[in-house]
Amino acid sequence: MAEAAIVVEDLYKSFGQLEVLKGISLKADEHDVVSILGSSGSGKSTFLRCINLLETPTSGKVYVRGELIEMVTRKSGEIVPVRQKQVDRIRSRVAMVFQQFNLWSHMTVLQNIMEAPVHVLNIPKAEARDRAEAVLQRVGMVDRKNYYPAHLSGGQQQRAAIARALAMEPDVMLFDEPTSALDPELVGEVLRVMRSLAEEGRTMLVVTHEMGFAREVSNKVMFLHEGLVECQGIPEDVFENPDSERFKQFLAGTLK
Amino acid sequence: MFDLHGYFPFILKGMAVTVQVALFSLFIAVVLGMLGAVAKLSKSRVAQVIAGFYTTIIRGVPDLVLMMIIFFGGQLVVNNISESLGWGYVDISPFIAGTLTIGFIFGAYMAETFRGGILAVSRGEIEAGYAFGMTAKQVFFRITLPAMVRHALPAFGNNWMVLVKATALVSVIGLQDMVYNANQAGGTTRQPFTFLLVVALLYLLITGISDVALRWADRKFSVGVRRA
Repeated sequence: MAEAAIVVEDLYKSFGQLEVLKGISLKADEHDVVSILGSSGSGKSTFLRCINLLETPTSGKVYVRGELIEMVTRKSGEIVPVRQKQVDRIRSRVAMVFQQFNLWSHMTVLQNIMEAPVHVLNIPKAEARDRAEAVLQRVGMVDRKNYYPAHLSGGQQQRAAIARALAMEPDVMLFDEPTSALDPELVGEVLRVMRSLAEEGRTMLVVTHEMGFAREVSNKVMFLHEGLVECQGIPEDVFENPDSERFKQFLAGTLK
Repeated sequence: MFDLHGYFPFILKGMAVTVQVALFSLFIAVVLGMLGAVAKLSKSRVAQVIAGFYTTIIRGVPDLVLMMIIFFGGQLVVNNISESLGWGYVDISPFIAGTLTIGFIFGAYMAETFRGGILAVSRGEIEAGYAFGMTAKQVFFRITLPAMVRHALPAFGNNWMVLVKATALVSVIGLQDMVYNANQAGGTTRQPFTFLLVVALLYLLITGISDVALRWADRKFSVGVRRA
């Protein structure tokens, strides 16, 4: 049997005195699409960022495809990865899509997409170019490949950023509020791409405010409140019969 | 226009020295500036303090004073060391002293310029580099550095212009640059202003060419930027 794509066990994260995550666990199997919901400040983005170690968890375990990311506490109390090489390798297999796109502004779309495959995965340039063309096709951005990010709309930038993630052929894709920075009329084009990725069986963890996406596309939903899992399960159960008062309130607030 | 009494080649020879001093100093300044900027932004307290000391001292003392301290003081120090090792008298060439001094001074300005440039690079773009598995070195050389050039270029150009003009100071320590030679020629022919005017025009020529080059570089590095 295949290993679970992502397993998180009892994750804690504090920023100084502020405890943001208070023991969160999650198991995402291959082909799972997990929507992570929660109001602002619930810790959902921090949780996602702990998975690829953009934030260092205070305690808890993260496994990617069964491989534990090894952490050690220094004498100073600072928690650091045992082997940075392992972290780099795991990050190259867990591609991230950011709220603010974070495309590299001094590179064209094509260069953005080829960058990590060539310099991190050490794929020959010609092959990386073919791969880039293919993923650009996939997100409908081939005609914009020689544009610089600043000359694209937010929706186009985000689709380019998704293409950049796809070009890594990642085991898991992390989406950190991918549509939150977009004008309302641009949200659709990004969600369509994400939906098609889900349909082709990609493993995705999505922090989002898009209830439609969470309900219709994902097969697991997790609602965080003040650093704790308030409820989780399959969307039908969670949305149709919410047993959590807070989730009901949250839904009422978002459906307004 | 000007009667230079055949001294023009002599002035041009000085100009070549000026340009050489400027370019070598620039190289040193860029290296020191980059080290200074990285040190200032590093997590190491020691590196921060050393770099902070360097930029504060240098920027707070006149270039001319520094140059004389480094040239004459440096001479003293080198010879004391050399003597204690039994090597005898060592003469520091004014070219090396001048270049090192100007490079050392402008390294401090460059450090501030580069630090500002690095800070202006989007945090998110740097983070994206890490998120895709790049090492810290890759992130610095492939993302931070190229993205920072655009932000640092205007101040860099400014520093370069001031640096070119500061090379005139090397004439004080006896280096036969454009100003030194013009003084000589002016003294001999008793036409100091003629030669100073020529020197002024030649400096303008150097800075004018620099200006064109910097504009070109600015266009090249701003290619991905939407113009307001």
